[in-house]
Order: sequence, then C-alpha cells, then structure tokens
Amino acid sequence: MSAPTMTRRPRWLTVVGLLGVVAMGFTVWLGLWVTPPDQFQGNLARLLYIHPAIATVALYWVGLVAAGGSLLYLWPRTRSFFWDRLAAAAVEVGAVFAALTLVTGALWGRPVWGVWWTWDARLTSTALLLLLEIGYLALRRVPAEPAIRARRCAVAALLIAIDIPIVHFSVDWWNTLHQGGTFIDPGFQIHASPSMSWTFLLGFVAFSLIFVWLLGVRYQVEVLQDAVGDQELEVSLTERWSEDTELVGAGTNAPTPGPGGGAP
Amino acid sequence: MWHDAVLVAGKDLRIEARARVALWQVVPFAVLVLVLLAFAIGPDQSSLRHAAPGIFWVALLFSTVLAIQRSVAVESGEGTRDGLRLSGIDPAGIFLGKAAAVGLQLLVLQLVLWAGITFLFDVRVHVVWLALTASLLATVGLACAGVLYGALSAGLRVRDTLLPLLVLPVLAPVLLAGSKAWEAALDGNAASGTQWLKILVPFAVIYLVVGVVLYGPLQEAA
Repeated sequence: MSAPTMTRRPRWLTVVGLLGVVAMGFTVWLGLWVTPPDQFQGNLARLLYIHPAIATVALYWVGLVAAGGSLLYLWPRTRSFFWDRLAAAAVEVGAVFAALTLVTGALWGRPVWGVWWTWDARLTSTALLLLLEIGYLALRRVPAEPAIRARRCAVAALLIAIDIPIVHFSVDWWNTLHQGGTFIDPGFQIHASPSMSWTFLLGFVAFSLIFVWLLGVRYQVEVLQDAVGDQELEVSLTERWSEDTELVGAGTNAPTPGPGGGAP
Repeated sequence: MWHDAVLVAGKDLRIEARARVALWQVVPFAVLVLVLLAFAIGPDQSSLRHAAPGIFWVALLFSTVLAIQRSVAVESGEGTRDGLRLSGIDPAGIFLGKAAAVGLQLLVLQLVLWAGITFLFDVRVHVVWLALTASLLATVGLACAGVLYGALSAGLRVRDTLLPLLVLPVLAPVLLAGSKAWEAALDGNAASGTQWLKILVPFAVIYLVVGVVLYGPLQEAA
C-alpha cells in the first residue's frame, strides 16, 4: 500500500464538506437575519441555534464514534487500524467541539445568568469530558509502535466512555443537592415560531455534516502521519546503511555497525 | 485467579514493607496536603470544619496517584514486567493482586487522614458506618481505576506526568461522592449520605469488572 493511494480524499467527503458549509451559511443567515428576536432573551436566543447542536456533536456523535471505534479495534475479528484512527480522529474533533460547547455556553451564560461559569451539572461534566479527551490526546502523542499505541488508546477511550455516565450522574446529584437547577432547557425555544424551529434543526444538520467532514479529514491526516513515520524510519535506515558501507568499505554490504569512534 | 491475586498482593506488600516508600513518602505527603489546604483556607475554625471532608478526599486522591506510581514503579525494573507476564500468572489475578495491595495502603492512609482531620480541624464523624462504607467502596474504586491507568501508562517515559492527567479526571466522581458522603457522616445526616453510595458502588463494580477483563490486553500493550 503506497501512501498516495490511501490519502486521496474521497469525493463523498468533499461533498459532505461543501454541504456542511452551505448548511452552515444558511444557519448563520437564518439565525442572524431572518428569525425574529426571542420574546424573553432578545438577540441572545440566537446563540441557541448553534450551542445545542455543537453540544450534541461533542457528546453523542463523538462518543459513538470514539467508543465504537475503540471497541471494534479491541475486538480481534474487526481489528484494523481503520478503527483506531477513526476513534482518535473522533476524540480530537470531540475536544474541539467540547471546547466550543463551553465557549458558546459561557458567551450565552454571561448576559443571561450573569456569570461566565457556574457549577452546573452539565457544565461541570462537559468540562471534565474535555479534560478526559485532552488526557487521551496526550496519551496518543506518546511515541510507541502503532499496534501498541492503538491498543493502549482504545483501552483509554473505553475507560473514558464508561466514566462519562458516572461523572454525569454524580454532578447531576451534586448540583441538585446544592443549588437548584439553573439549566434552562433550550427545548422550549423550538416551538416558538416556524422560522426559529427550522433554523434550530438546520443547525443540527450543519454541525453534524461539519463533524463528519472534520472526522474524515482528520482521519486522513492520521494516515499521512503514520506514512511519514514509516518513511522517516526507512530514510534513516538507508542513511545508516550508506554510512556503514562507507566505513566498512566497498567489499561488504552487510550493515554491521563498525566499532565506535571510527568516523572522522 | 484468586490464588494468583493473593500471590501478587503479597509480593507488592512485602516490597512495600521492606522499602517503606509508602510509609515515609506517601503518608507524609497526604498529611502535607492536609496542612497546605488548611493554610490556603485560613485558620477560621468553622470554614475549616466545613471544608474538612473535601480536604480529606483531595489529599486521598493526590496520594492515590503517588501510590499508583509506586505500584507501577515496582514493576518497572529491567525485565520485571516480562517476568511477571511469563510467570503464567493470570492477568486478572495480577490486576486484582495489585489493586488489593494499593487498596490496603489506601485504607491505612485514610486512617491517618481521619486522625489528621479529627486532630487538625476538630471534626468528629457522627455516622461511623457511613464514613466506613464510603471509604471502603471508594478504596475499591480508586485502587481498581488507578491500577488500570497505571498499567496504561506503564513503560512510558512520560509516565509520571501523564498518569495524573489521565487518572485524576476519571477519579473525580469518587472525590465528589466521597466528600459528600463524609460531609453527611460528619454532620450526622445519614439519609443524605447514603444517596452518594449509589455513585461509589457502580464506580467500584465497573472498574473492578473492566479491570479484570481489560488488564490482559493492556499488559500486552505495555
């Protein structure tokens, strides 16, 4: 398998990306210009066209792909680097979306709640999710043999996946005990007016398409990185070979390392 | 599996008894965290008393990371892990044994911390069974999750910096549920404390089961 054939971007991915951009453009247009301001929140409600959609991607789509990919990698019958790379790509995209969820939430929370951050159950569990994902990515950066790294990362992703419901329930309780639920369900906005609900739905479609596109692109970067790693190894091996043959002389071509300190 | 677990736990504990790293480094560290957090909060007795359960659990969590690092370091000598792997001991047994050894050290540590908060912060545990149950359940969860993550980071050169980053967010539910249960135990409010055991039980069970299943594949990856 040569690297270029694996890394040519499939056409469907480009189509998905274009569709995502178009849907995003429409969401922005509808969200900022067409839809009326909300009765209670005014223009602030416009953030709700994107925030729940981003959060859905960050929690559900990412969780599904990352946990599913890791499980399928660990399962001997379906073991393939495809699943490993897919899961890693999902976690990385997921970290971006989790951070976006927090940022957009904070932007909305500051004028509506009066604070950037509150120790709300959802906020806290999302922040922990982001930290867990950063941990995974740090583990991913540690150099190791591909098979070993893949297995290690798959286990880490699964451990994170089972921790998330526990975190969610624990902070849910913690919150209900300490400060009444301050979370405002965005769902009640949906039925406000047809243009609002369509924009809301379109936001979900747009971010889901963008997610698939980013996932695909990130997957290819992963493939390229592995290919670069392999080639670097080959190049350095060839370099060593030529060094050795120069040192030992033209008569032998065996890559026996010469005695140290012989080089001028 | 159980026999193997006893063997591994015995080995780890014997090493600990001889090297005394836990005694001379982990326990003083836990007490140090207790004192440092008290400095951060200030000498006001009522706020210290209020913060006591949280301080207890934060100190325990940080010390757990040290105990896990120690438990991994014991196996990091040349060829030690290969030796353990080649000895024919069931990976699940190794996991249970190492978790038991860590858990036992954590229990001792909690006794010290308990004495520490009683002495330094002037608090008394009113519902002893609740505090003990929470501590026991949390210990199982901390030890199992910790040993799992220890195995994940074993053999890595960046292990010492990576492990806290990986393991502390995972242990967050234990910190939360443990400190709430202890708060209730200190206040003498058993009813609100038992609710938090419902977080500690699944945490302990899940990481115990997952550890038994996943330790084998993890060991191969190390």
